[in-house]
Amino acid sequence: MTIFIENRSMVTPGEIIAEGNYNVGQNVYRKDKRIISQVIGLVSIKDDYINVVSLKGKYIPRVGDTVIGKVTDVSLNTWTVDIASPYPGILRPATSLDRRFDPVKDHTRKFFDIGDVISAKVFSFDRTRDPVLTLRDNNRSGSTTFLGKLIGGRVIEISPSKIPRLIGRRGSMISTIKQYTNCRMIVGQNGRVWFKGNSFEEEYLVLQAIEKIDREAHTTGLTDRVKEFLEDARKKMGKPTAKGEQPKK
Amino acid sequence: MTNKEKTVLITKNGIRHDGRKKTDLREIRFEVGILDRADGSAIIYWGKNKILVAVYGPRELHPKHMALPDRALIRCEYRMATFSVTERKSPAPKRREKEISKILAEAIEPAVFDYLYPRSVIDVFIEVLQADGGSRCASITAAALALADAGIPMKDLVVGCAAGNLNGEVVIDLDDVEDKEGQGDLPIAVLPLSGEVVLLQSDGVFNPEQYKEALDLLMDACQTIYKLQREAITNKYAKITEEIIEPVEVEPEPTEAKVDKKKKGEKTEEKKETEEKTPKKKASAKKAKSEQSEESEKKKKTSKKKEKKTPPKKDEEAKE
Repeated sequence: MTIFIENRSMVTPGEIIAEGNYNVGQNVYRKDKRIISQVIGLVSIKDDYINVVSLKGKYIPRVGDTVIGKVTDVSLNTWTVDIASPYPGILRPATSLDRRFDPVKDHTRKFFDIGDVISAKVFSFDRTRDPVLTLRDNNRSGSTTFLGKLIGGRVIEISPSKIPRLIGRRGSMISTIKQYTNCRMIVGQNGRVWFKGNSFEEEYLVLQAIEKIDREAHTTGLTDRVKEFLEDARKKMGKPTAKGEQPKK
Repeated sequence: MTNKEKTVLITKNGIRHDGRKKTDLREIRFEVGILDRADGSAIIYWGKNKILVAVYGPRELHPKHMALPDRALIRCEYRMATFSVTERKSPAPKRREKEISKILAEAIEPAVFDYLYPRSVIDVFIEVLQADGGSRCASITAAALALADAGIPMKDLVVGCAAGNLNGEVVIDLDDVEDKEGQGDLPIAVLPLSGEVVLLQSDGVFNPEQYKEALDLLMDACQTIYKLQREAITNKYAKITEEIIEPVEVEPEPTEAKVDKKKKGEKTEEKKETEEKTPKKKASAKKAKSEQSEESEKKKKTSKKKEKKTPPKKDEEAKE
């Protein structure tokens, strides 16, 4: 039971992290008794679990995730949605519209057309079949994200493994950004972020903040740095504090 | 063709035509993540070789009928630029390029956890910008880096290197001249952690002793290259960290002052100490990192408190 690598330090594929009876977490594998990293990432050791938090990688759908997608194909009763993953998302009228859909009378294109950006939830996925999306939110915990067509605003794509960093602990990072920019934001677990603000300057600020997080995700103390960055930027804009303190929902 | 007769491949003292000894490698340098569009990328400078690798994927596979139901398809495309050799190389892929593409894909496959992404494809594009012997070994070494950079789960990196037979002497890392005029060429690719061989080709003449010697020398050489490979990855991220470390050291002072007022004297004193240690001396990267992480943990605590307390303040400021 020895650990060769310090917690939170960087590893490369094939690097031996530990030897002994540890539990294999994410992005590591066991060979004989050695726990070896699969990816470039940061080691996180919690109790007996050894994980590596990857710094890059494609999005693999998980049931219940909110994703932001772009409609790439429309057929009589399906929309194919690009969700920045190796597998295309499939959206059907039955799980997305709030009224009956009659394929004879109705046209799928009237609801979503090619190029539309939507936020949706992953309804079902296993690797043998493409992920099915839904626009219905069965989460009754109260905090609901908007699901449906996103009109206006911008979409930026970052590495999905950095999304937890963008959200921050209990949403601290995302609420900081919202607070300082007055922008509406929807974060997709697939690495896409949609945001819409009142002015170009404020939207640009969000863009810069997200890019900063994407670039510096492997470092520590990021929330504070982003906060400082936003504060400075607001001062330069001549509006030292944000108008509304509470982020809009 | 008088030139050919003149080249002395290896002298009695064991010095090769370019001044290297038997087991010397050429200079190897990597850069990781140089293409923004690709999911992963790397460039390798190995002697006079310059090879660019871009990785896309795992992504949707077209045409669909090529999809494998249980794992990702690994497609590899090795190409030589028309200007990569002195005599213009026709851009159409020839037998040699198709062969190398195939063997490289097969060499990469054992290193990748391809069963994690069934029905998808991982595309590896290898573009030889300048060739000087041993380009397939250099290609696979760079391809492994690009795959890792793309965040694709791998058992291990892959390292390639070649050995050769020059007038009966076994040497490591053939360049173009030695490859063409020597008596044998033995390219190999291994997974350095386990020593598994994923590529072994053999061209020319080796006797059994020479073959064994060559393999031994290659294993050592691959370990050396492996270290360089890993350094290349960590360097990419260390660069960004270094850029950031300095502003972090300067900035926290105002936050300390605020916390002090709020009767948290003890904790901040500790913090000051750690902060004094961190700047200037970056003796070892890991130490600095760990200290930094401690620091940041404390910061997170303080920042949480700050967040709670600051909003009313701001309201006041706004009113003013």
